Amino acid sequence: MGTTHIVDRRLNGKNKSAVNRERFLRRYRHHIKRAVSEAVHKRSITDVERGESVSIPTRDIDEPVFHHGQGGRREMVHPGNREWITGDTIEKPQGEGGQGSGAGQASPDGEGMDEFAFQITQEEFLDFLFDDLELPNLARKKLKDTEAFNYVRAGFTSQGVPAKLDVVRSLRGAHARRLGLGGARKRKIRELEQQLAELKAAPHEPDPAFCHSDQIQALEEEIARLKANVRRIPFIDEIDLRYRQHVKQPRPATSAVMFCLMDVSGSMTQMHKDIAKRFFILLYLFLKKNYKKIDVVFIRHHTSAKEVDEEEFFYSRETGGTIVSSALRLMQQIIEARYSPAEWNIYAAQASDGDNWNDDSPICSKLLAEQVLPLVQYYAYVEITPQDHQMLWYEYEKIMARFPESFAMQQIADAGEIYPVFRQLFERKAA
Amino acid sequence: MSRIADQPNAPEREQPTAGTPISTTSEWTFELIREYDEAIAECAAEFGLDTYPNQVEVISAEQMMDAYSSVGMPVGYNHWSFGKQFLNTARGYQRGQMGLAYEIVINSNPCIAYLMEENTLPMQALVIAHACYGHNSFFKGNYLFRTWTDASAIIDYLVFARHYVAECEERYGVEAVEEILDSCHALMNYGVDRYKRPAPISAAEEARRQKEREEYQQRRINDLWRTIPQPDEDEDPVRRQKRFPEEPQENLLYFIEKNAPLLETWQREIVRIVRKLGQYFYPQRQTQVMNEGWATFWHYTLLHRMYDKGLVNDGFMLEFLQSHSAVIYQPPFDSPYYSGLNPYTLGFSIFTDLRRICEAPTDEDREWFPDIAGSDWLKTLHFAMHNFKDESFIQQFLSPKVMRDLKLFAVENDELEDHYTVTAIHDDPGYRPLREKLARQYNLSYREPNIQVWNVDVRGDRSLTLRHIPVDRVPLGGDTDEVIRHVHRLWGFDVHLESVEDGRVVEEFHCPTPPAADPD
Repeated sequence: MGTTHIVDRRLNGKNKSAVNRERFLRRYRHHIKRAVSEAVHKRSITDVERGESVSIPTRDIDEPVFHHGQGGRREMVHPGNREWITGDTIEKPQGEGGQGSGAGQASPDGEGMDEFAFQITQEEFLDFLFDDLELPNLARKKLKDTEAFNYVRAGFTSQGVPAKLDVVRSLRGAHARRLGLGGARKRKIRELEQQLAELKAAPHEPDPAFCHSDQIQALEEEIARLKANVRRIPFIDEIDLRYRQHVKQPRPATSAVMFCLMDVSGSMTQMHKDIAKRFFILLYLFLKKNYKKIDVVFIRHHTSAKEVDEEEFFYSRETGGTIVSSALRLMQQIIEARYSPAEWNIYAAQASDGDNWNDDSPICSKLLAEQVLPLVQYYAYVEITPQDHQMLWYEYEKIMARFPESFAMQQIADAGEIYPVFRQLFERKAA
Repeated sequence: MSRIADQPNAPEREQPTAGTPISTTSEWTFELIREYDEAIAECAAEFGLDTYPNQVEVISAEQMMDAYSSVGMPVGYNHWSFGKQFLNTARGYQRGQMGLAYEIVINSNPCIAYLMEENTLPMQALVIAHACYGHNSFFKGNYLFRTWTDASAIIDYLVFARHYVAECEERYGVEAVEEILDSCHALMNYGVDRYKRPAPISAAEEARRQKEREEYQQRRINDLWRTIPQPDEDEDPVRRQKRFPEEPQENLLYFIEKNAPLLETWQREIVRIVRKLGQYFYPQRQTQVMNEGWATFWHYTLLHRMYDKGLVNDGFMLEFLQSHSAVIYQPPFDSPYYSGLNPYTLGFSIFTDLRRICEAPTDEDREWFPDIAGSDWLKTLHFAMHNFKDESFIQQFLSPKVMRDLKLFAVENDELEDHYTVTAIHDDPGYRPLREKLARQYNLSYREPNIQVWNVDVRGDRSLTLRHIPVDRVPLGGDTDEVIRHVHRLWGFDVHLESVEDGRVVEEFHCPTPPAADPD
């Protein structure tokens, strides 16, 4: 037969629809954003890094076409008659609509759909989550920790391993060299051959004196010599070889360090800590989207501060009073010891229920203003309390007035407010 | 391998000895697919199926979803609606609600058919017989496809369209292009001259002519809209009465492409692209029953022929028949799965019965089909395939037996009545009316509202008036306002749509919506 051509396309790209899918998401981004922020409210902490199912009312995404409406007189032929004969009448079901208006309207699952539901991936989820948010004072610090390299093409080189030999380039070079070395000689050969032919074509002279036999012989010898020369030019030579060159390029990686400061004194309940945790998680995810490398430092404090690991930070219980300045001081020490502001983007988030020893609050304010804020990109303070503010809040308000660029504070009363507050803190400022 | 009794009606080239089955496993390999294809092609040739060359492409499920969501076009421009389709398909598939299509076949030359790698070998064979020989021969033979589509040019045209749209996106922005495409898609079904033969499409020609056309069109449109008033002419009542267009136009997209006053040339070109695609799909919309029926009839016949030759074994046939009966399953009207007549069932039943009428006619057949009863079945079937579309095919070939087998009945739903009426059933007095009603049901202008360009106020406010002629008082559906808005976007000036019954306007739509107060 031979007219059939069988092709294996399985290895061809399967993401042909990616662009169209992306277009769809872009078009309905408002719907999706709403779904995403609702999802953040509802989800538990450990759950933020996951895709989400999004529903959009079908009527919002309908593609309208002219079609028949209900009403008038329609006749439809159906299969599967059992008991009816011509002229029978059938009661119309109550309520308008009744029988579907016929072919073409039914949805693929056989039932009417009011919602168009689909999945977005985790990455898209985060994109929508942090859409419109911007890192405050995003500064590209010195490249540090360039742990990865990209290999990029960088022209050709005359030395290399056989695997990188570029055949076309090499042969092109060889060709050029052969032309360069042999061209003049070949031209000479052609000239001499022409002379030779002319001499040979000359009428035969019986007189050896007029006969050009010696000239002919000389020409022939010269031609032979030149030809031998040309023949000695090698087809390809070492110097023709060209190798593809790749050079290492450091992949720029800006790094950030995030300080999580939390009050763990007796007044902080587990509920407070959960709320704080969500806030920290949001911040962490947000930074992760923007920086390749992020260090997280957990500092907890009651009357004294301590650097701890994540587990201890969130789940061990403490009692006692509160001295916030201890944490600030520790943070400053850690920055000095490990995170030079020249190389790190430093972010800090502090969560507290607002309790502090009254004597300490002015100290905090001073520490922040003079020691900490000059070093950090951004310092966010969330107070988790439904009650009235205490001393610390008012001190911090003064700071906010002085450092509107790098300091922000908000109050959170319950878990549902975290995301809005987070957004507010990191909202994209009009450029 | 055992063989069941030979079917008597196969052509007479049967070898006396049973062949050996091509395979006994259900795992497919490329080698086996090739062997099956060759065997099927041989059978198809025995039955005189004339096809374009085939290009069978093996793809994965994800790729099938991709193909599915671009309405089967192997290359398409980018648009969000295809993304929506994709998400929908992916969701249905992942939840297991919906099997993917076994096959997608493209009316092109060579005819491209997709096989999914997950399919078993009998399924692959079924798809090859169905798509590569059934649909393929239909594409090549049916008069509508011959008239309306140019199989050799479609792929090139799609590539051209994709590049053109991408270029426009780069130049004018994705959003601007998307707006135009949205509006055109809303009118895609109104992009065909139903009675005129279109010029064949060719990508090279399109690209070459496109520049020329741009200039020419702009000139033409300027001519039409040259509105320097000439008093004596305006005085003439005859001239003032004259409508433009003089005859109503049913091809809305064509009319807009040629006459919309404000469209930029690139926008006109996009209108044209969507119109050409609408035209390409036009025959498919009118031959669904025939096309699927024909392909189903042939996969059934060809694979049975292979069985007769001993090329496939019983296990193969069992799996094949199971799939086949799933394909032609017709839930009754009161089943929760019912969503109208299954075109596979209807088409397959008619073609199968047509063969029976030729080979073993009864008295009833002689009375109903005097020309066909007892004739050469192959010739008759080919004749039917070549020269009909769904509407006329049903009108011509739906036999009383098929109506009885499917227990067809017609129900009238009149909004003026408080009950439905059964107007015809599968009995002697009912056959003819039933057949007529079913045929009418497949008439495009019965399925889709009849809307035409009625008038353009060339000398006034440039408004465009469309006219809807309702059939049996059926009004326009709920999307109408939305669609009119799309027409307005394309036309650029006011758009009116009026439903006219017996010369009386029964319903009106306007864009922009006129102010509620009495406009003088």
